[in-house]
Amino acid sequence: MVPIEHVIALSAALFTIGVGGVLIRRNLIVILMSIELMLNAANVALIGFNRMWPGIEGAPRMDGQVFVLMVITVAACEVAVGLGILISMFRNRDSVNIDEVNLLKW
Amino acid sequence: MEISAVLFYVFAGLAVISALAMVLNVRNTVAAAMSLVVTMVSIGGIFVLLDAYLVAALQIMVYGGAIVVLFLFVVMLLNLRTDDFPPVGLRLAKLGGGLLVVVVVSAIPRLLGGVFPEIPAAPTGYGGYRALGIALYTDYVLLVEMVSLLLLAAIVGALILAKRKID
Repeated sequence: MVPIEHVIALSAALFTIGVGGVLIRRNLIVILMSIELMLNAANVALIGFNRMWPGIEGAPRMDGQVFVLMVITVAACEVAVGLGILISMFRNRDSVNIDEVNLLKW
Repeated sequence: MEISAVLFYVFAGLAVISALAMVLNVRNTVAAAMSLVVTMVSIGGIFVLLDAYLVAALQIMVYGGAIVVLFLFVVMLLNLRTDDFPPVGLRLAKLGGGLLVVVVVSAIPRLLGGVFPEIPAAPTGYGGYRALGIALYTDYVLLVEMVSLLLLAAIVGALILAKRKID
C-alpha cells in the first residue's frame, strides 16, 4: 500500500490543475469540466483519509465514502444546472465564451 | 514494490496527464471531454486500490458515464467541435501550471512525511455495499433526504433554465 502522503499529493495536483483550468480557459464547457475535476480531487482525499481510519473489525467506518457519494450527487446536480445555464447563454449570445458574459461584472 | 503500489502510480500518472490534456487542449472540446473520461476512470481505479469498491463503481458509472455523456451531448447539440477562443498567454500558463504541479507533487510528501502512520489493514466488509448502506441509512439518513431534495431542485432548475419560454 502506498503512503497516504502520495494520495494527498495526487489530490492536490488534480485540484491545482482544476483551478488552473478555471482560471485560464474561456470556454464555459471546459470550465465546468475543471470544476468536476476539483470535486474529484476532493473525493480522492476523502477516500484516502477514510482508508487511513477504516474502523475496527466488525464495524467498518464508512463516513468518508458517504461524503464522497454526496459529493458525486452534488456534482451531478451542478452539471445539470450548469449545462442548462450554458444552453440558455448560447441561445441568447450565440457563444460559450465567458468573456462575453460580463453583465454582472463591476 | 508490490503490485498495488505500482498500479497506484500508473493510475495517478494517467489521471494527472489526462487532466492536463483536458485543460490544455485548446483546439477540440470533444477531445477534452474524452480526456476527462480517462481521468475519471483512473480515479475509479485509485478508489479500488484504496478498497472503496462500491464508490469506485459509482464513480465510473456516474462520472465516466452520465456526466461526461451529458457534456458530450451539449457539445454536439451546440456544435462546438472547435474552440474558437484560446486562452490568453497559453505558453506562460502551460509553463507555470506544469511547474506548479511539479512543486505540489514533490512538496507534499516531503512536508507530510512522518506525520501520518502507515495505512492499517481494512476490516472485512470495508468499502462494500453492506457497510455503506448501513452507514447511509442509519447515521446519515437525514443527509440522504436532503440530497433527494437537492436532486429534485436541480431537475426543476435545469428544466426551467433550458426551456425556451416558460408559459
